[in-house]
Amino acid sequence: MMNKGFQISIQGSDKIVTCREDESLLSGLARYGQKEVPAGCRQGGCGVCKIRVLKGEFETGKMSIKHVSAMEKDMNFTLACKTFPKSDMVITVNIKGDRKWQ
Amino acid sequence: MAISGVLRPGFVQIRVLDMAESIIHYRDRIGLEMVGTEADGRVYLKAYDEFDRHSIILRECDEAGLDVMAFKVSNETYLDEYEEKLRGQGFEVTAIAAGEQPGVGRRISFMAPTGHRFDLYVDMELSDNGPMTNNPDVSQLDPRGMKALRFDHCLLYGGDIDGTKKVFEDILGFSTSEVVVDDDTGMIIALFLTCSNKAHDLALVRHEEDGKLHHVSFLVEDWTSLRDAADIMTRYDISRDIGPTRHGITRGQTIYFFDPSGNRNEVFSGGYAYYPDNPLRVWQASSVGKAIFYYERELNDRFMTVVT
Ligand code: FES
Ligand SMILES: [Fe+2]
Repeated sequence: MMNKGFQISIQGSDKIVTCREDESLLSGLARYGQKEVPAGCRQGGCGVCKIRVLKGEFETGKMSIKHVSAMEKDMNFTLACKTFPKSDMVITVNIKGDRKWQ
Repeated sequence: MAISGVLRPGFVQIRVLDMAESIIHYRDRIGLEMVGTEADGRVYLKAYDEFDRHSIILRECDEAGLDVMAFKVSNETYLDEYEEKLRGQGFEVTAIAAGEQPGVGRRISFMAPTGHRFDLYVDMELSDNGPMTNNPDVSQLDPRGMKALRFDHCLLYGGDIDGTKKVFEDILGFSTSEVVVDDDTGMIIALFLTCSNKAHDLALVRHEEDGKLHHVSFLVEDWTSLRDAADIMTRYDISRDIGPTRHGITRGQTIYFFDPSGNRNEVFSGGYAYYPDNPLRVWQASSVGKAIFYYERELNDRFMTVVT
């Protein structure tokens, strides 16, 4: 059964993109030419695609703990390239890359 | 013997997030040979055109990046001399006993001013799967994947690149082949160091954070090999950064791509032959696009920001 995908919206932007369940948020956004989340290694190692999920369910692949600590993970910080949506989602974007969130 | 002292980059130890995926990447895609897995979990690999036992070591960890880059030294006299000079310059030098890695003799280890650990050693066992020496065919084993010939060099990012340059030039006998300098201040932004006839064996870029890895590079035979490597990257959906293209610096041809943990790799071919009497080649920062990506003539967003 082919999932139609989930609606992903970025807080503060009116754009909504559809992301398939089997693709990362980063590649879903990239498919729409969406540049709010920068693409780096796409492998969970460099941290430039760091975002925070405000609403919605998701799963994650392996990510470098340097960029998402256990505590940050509990606060729904994640790396878009290793985040796979399980429902519609609302995210905020750290456009400065891996700077610490305040 | 014309090349003495530090001979070449010998091995790197890379941190990976998932060993199984990393083995597929380095063995099946890049084309390295598995040498073995040790009790501590580290995996040892080599490229098919290398004589020595291993050159790439993978260590599973929850953080990507580089543990250590090591250089092979021609004899113990040099190793002792380097140790003495490093200590004389105030570096803390750690002795690592033979056997810490299988088949490797004693090493000395120090932390460079850019926050990178470098090891130096003289002895490593020869591999049974090295290049043939008696009426040699071009390869003993059939090359696989991207057909990497050898581990070639690293580009590392850190703060005090002038400090690390000084160690490699003054103590370890390297020369600087090329630099990128700020147009106004002349401050070095990037530098390329060689201990051999290659255009670079180690490169450094000034960066706000110490101890970072930009890429680990593998030599391939020629431009056509880069095309074949690019085919493999698309075929297996490997995260590609840029290329095939050419560097203005070194004039090498290149593709940058990422391993499954986000560590950048490069397949590289060509580049000029360097001799220690060559004048320094200088790039102004205003021409850095051409210096790094000669065809694009501009850096991509990732060049300065994406490191592990
Ligand atoms: S792009 Fe590097 S961690 Fe996501
Ligand atoms: Fe390189």
